[in-house]
Amino acid sequence: MANTQLTPGIAAGRIGADEIAQNFDDLHAPFEPHEAAVASDRCYFCYDAPCITACPTDIDIPLFIRQIQTGTPEAAAKTILEQNILGGMCARVCPTETLCEEACVREMAEGKPVEIGRLQRYATDTLMAQGVHPFTRAASTGKTVAVVGAGPAGLACAHRLAMKGHDVVLYDARPKAGGLNEFGIAAYKSTDEFAAREVDWLLQIGGIEMKLGQRLGSDLDLATLRSTHDAVFLGVGLGGVNALRAKGEDKAGVEDAVSFIADLRQAEDLTNLPVGRNVVVIGGGMTAVDAAVQSKLLGAETVTIAYRRGQDRMSASRYEQDLATSKGVRILTNAQPVAIHGNGTATEVEFEYTADSGQGLTGTGETFRLPADQVFKAIGQTLDGMPDGLTLSGSKIAVTAAGRTSLDDVWAGGDCAEGGDDLTVTAVAEGRDAAEDIHRKLSAG
Amino acid sequence: MADLTTDFLGIKSPNPFWLASAPPTDKEYNVRRAFEAGWGGVVWKTLGSEGPPVVNVNGPRYGAIYGADRRLLGLNNIELITDRPLETNLEEIARVKADYPDRAMIVSLMVPCEEEAWKAILPRVEETGADGIELNFGCPHGMSERGMGAAVGQVPEYIEMVTRWCKENYSKPVIVKLTPNITDIRKPAMAAKNGGADAVSLINTINSITSVDLDTMSPEPSIDGKGSHGGYCGPAVKPIALSMVSEISRHVETRGMPISGIGGITTWRDAAEYISLGCGNVQVCTAAMTYGFKVVQEMISGLSDWMDEKGHTNVSDFVGQAVPNVTDWQYLNLNYVTKARIDQDACIKCGRCYAACEDTSHQAISMSSDRVFEVIDAECVACNLCVDVCPVENCITMEEMAPGTVDPRTGKVVEEEYANWTTHPNNPGAVAAE
Ligand SMILES: Cc1cc2nc3c(=O)[nH]c(=O)nc-3n(C[C@H](O)[C@H](O)[C@H](O)COP(=O)(O)OP(=O)(O)OC[C@H]3O[C@@H](n4cnc5c(N)ncnc54)[C@H](O)[C@@H]3O)c2cc1C
Ligand SMILES: Cc1cc2nc3c(=O)[nH]c(=O)nc-3n(C[C@H](O)[C@H](O)[C@H](O)COP(=O)(O)O)c2cc1C
Ligand code: SF4
Repeated sequence: MANTQLTPGIAAGRIGADEIAQNFDDLHAPFEPHEAAVASDRCYFCYDAPCITACPTDIDIPLFIRQIQTGTPEAAAKTILEQNILGGMCARVCPTETLCEEACVREMAEGKPVEIGRLQRYATDTLMAQGVHPFTRAASTGKTVAVVGAGPAGLACAHRLAMKGHDVVLYDARPKAGGLNEFGIAAYKSTDEFAAREVDWLLQIGGIEMKLGQRLGSDLDLATLRSTHDAVFLGVGLGGVNALRAKGEDKAGVEDAVSFIADLRQAEDLTNLPVGRNVVVIGGGMTAVDAAVQSKLLGAETVTIAYRRGQDRMSASRYEQDLATSKGVRILTNAQPVAIHGNGTATEVEFEYTADSGQGLTGTGETFRLPADQVFKAIGQTLDGMPDGLTLSGSKIAVTAAGRTSLDDVWAGGDCAEGGDDLTVTAVAEGRDAAEDIHRKLSAG
Repeated sequence: MADLTTDFLGIKSPNPFWLASAPPTDKEYNVRRAFEAGWGGVVWKTLGSEGPPVVNVNGPRYGAIYGADRRLLGLNNIELITDRPLETNLEEIARVKADYPDRAMIVSLMVPCEEEAWKAILPRVEETGADGIELNFGCPHGMSERGMGAAVGQVPEYIEMVTRWCKENYSKPVIVKLTPNITDIRKPAMAAKNGGADAVSLINTINSITSVDLDTMSPEPSIDGKGSHGGYCGPAVKPIALSMVSEISRHVETRGMPISGIGGITTWRDAAEYISLGCGNVQVCTAAMTYGFKVVQEMISGLSDWMDEKGHTNVSDFVGQAVPNVTDWQYLNLNYVTKARIDQDACIKCGRCYAACEDTSHQAISMSSDRVFEVIDAECVACNLCVDVCPVENCITMEEMAPGTVDPRTGKVVEEEYANWTTHPNNPGAVAAE
């Protein structure tokens, strides 16, 4: 008999293929031309616009929106991509509600910002659909740069360097480029293989040699990269996952949220992807929301996000939280896991309520249990095995504003480097800015 | 990439976008910032004769017409020419031109209609190193009451006379700026040409009262309860200006005369339209005053992209390209028969086309009980009103009837050959085709 939402344990195909396809469709349908015209007409072309300041890549938003208004979405795309070469992905995944759209004067005035993200997607999709790559390389400088990590930071860095005329070798440990664009972002934000298509489009600049399946630390070492290239950029993201430190963490059914999401993103057929009947996600960030929402969309009967602090401390935006609840996910706050129960396989999670005294979090002593066939840990990622010689700041690579590390020919950016908000767009900004700094340094001789 | 560099009367500028003579060009601070923002040239705010400077009102100068979301569609002003001392303006013009040799710098002038007045100011303008002058014969308010501006621009003889004085007393190009507050724009253009003008620019602002405050019964903008007509500009005036430009481009006596197009230019597309109707460059005022100097970036990128798309490498490639297609009504092809077509998939069933056609036109759209709207070919005269009022772009289109088919409205076979009113049987003055 076919599985249903009520099938116990972890099982695939809990709902029909059509329903799954519908669930994982574009979160926001792309704008039709008329919708884009109406949406762009709302922009006031503000002076020294606050949305530009709020964008980590400083896209000239009023200009690109005006270019849409005046019927030149391709020019709008150029305006976007000059600042942010992954403007297409950012249009889909940026938490605009806490970035540009939060700063929009119409958000302040009416609580209804100009829909900057969707307009950005309209412009970039139009250009990319034409197969146009609007940038060309400067004359060759004869310098080579190794970029490690083909996520947003590495891709932005590689593109900018290639544009400046340097030759780039882009290494990644995985068999596919894109980083979390390919393996992390929620499926309904990046449909139709967008991440892979965007990488292919970006590489049209030329001058970037991609070497996949090359892991720094095993296949590559920093000393060799430094001696064979004029500069090295590290954009390796955060490969490790924090431990729960709850009893029973090793039981079957307890998984890293990021691995589950990576499997989901790479699945050929989502009806074959198993999910628990009762799913509990532990954490309060974007990863927790994505794991929870996608579990629900796959057909889990109940999904709960449990966060140890108050709702106002959750790093997932209110918009993301509302998205989760609208899909039927329950958000439980001030509850920390103390144990996972079950005979070899998880069946329940035991929580203790917490109180935040301002000095720190303490358990109240009151506990309760939630049924759980599958438990996802989404309590943060960590830097995984960094080469010697690099100074760390906290748990990340220490860098200056331009991405310089403690080694004078090594730069770093994105999630692996200190600062930033661990967002796609900040990774792009840091990769781009490091490329500019590398270029300045290499040009100086 | 298209080359936007333009050569207008031998005056080079990096793009065809100049700022029109108005507040944006009234002082060094503004003009420097405009050049930094990318404007190709400026026509300095109109200067008057030496002497006590002009006095402006000290209350509101502008009135506006808005779209529903307060998008500014038309602006009206009662400002006069520059109210700063002549000497200050001339010093600033010289300084800015010296610092921006690649940008066009035109000085707008309006002095009394006496040769001495022109002889006095022209050498001083010459000294600034500016690239040319523009004669403001257009300002419709205030100055015209003193016998200047539109008061000169409405009398072709004066235009010709003053233009001649300027050509005699000034060595560089003379542009005559025309007022639209006249019945036939070709007359002043011809006068300018006869006086030796190198070019005309148009339009200046149109006489207007934007609104009346129904509580105070004062026209807007209201100065202590009273208002005066002002000059209208902005997007709303573009169609009027385009038509005037086309008349000058077409007329036998003015055809080929360089034109600087002005009036409601807000986007790259507006500019391209002016150029296609014969303008060598364009001037902008209201768009800059509404959106700031940065708006030129969109004009530049848009024009450049469009030129690339069309394969134009230089702006001069398409100057006047649309002029041969502007004709008189009597030459329009009466054998060109179209019918409205409603795309049922695109239709949202609002019924606006029905209201327009049924109430005010030709009863050529049917409406079913379940709100399906269809064109009745036997009634449709192809007026286009349904297309114009339909809120969905491309939902209603005009389809040409193939030659040989029968137009169910007239019962006549659609002829392949072109035929116009001049040969139409109903025309008492028709000349039979040879
Ligand atoms: C589940 C999830 C959802 C998210 N959703 C959003 C969202 O909606 N919006 C948003 O803005 N941000 C989101 N983020 C955050 C965003 O994905 C990251 O901030 C961003 O991808 C960081 O880019 P990066 O280039 O620094 O690192 P990554 O994207 O992690 O890329 C690092 C790359 O380096 C490679 N690599 C790692 N180690 C090595 C090594 N030793 N040698 C060679 N290569 C190596 C990896 O294979 C990977 O390709 C999400 C993150 C997660 C985990
Ligand atoms: C406030 C204001 C002041 C103006 N002053 C002058 C002037 O001094 N001299 C002049 O030739 N035209 C003047 N104009 C007219 C403009 O140069 C221009 O011809 C007109 O505004 C139409 O262009 P637009 O629709 O782009 O604004 C003025 C316009 C405005 C709005
Ligand atoms: S724009 Fe406003 S603040 Fe500036 S001078 Fe005019 S009325 Fe005053």
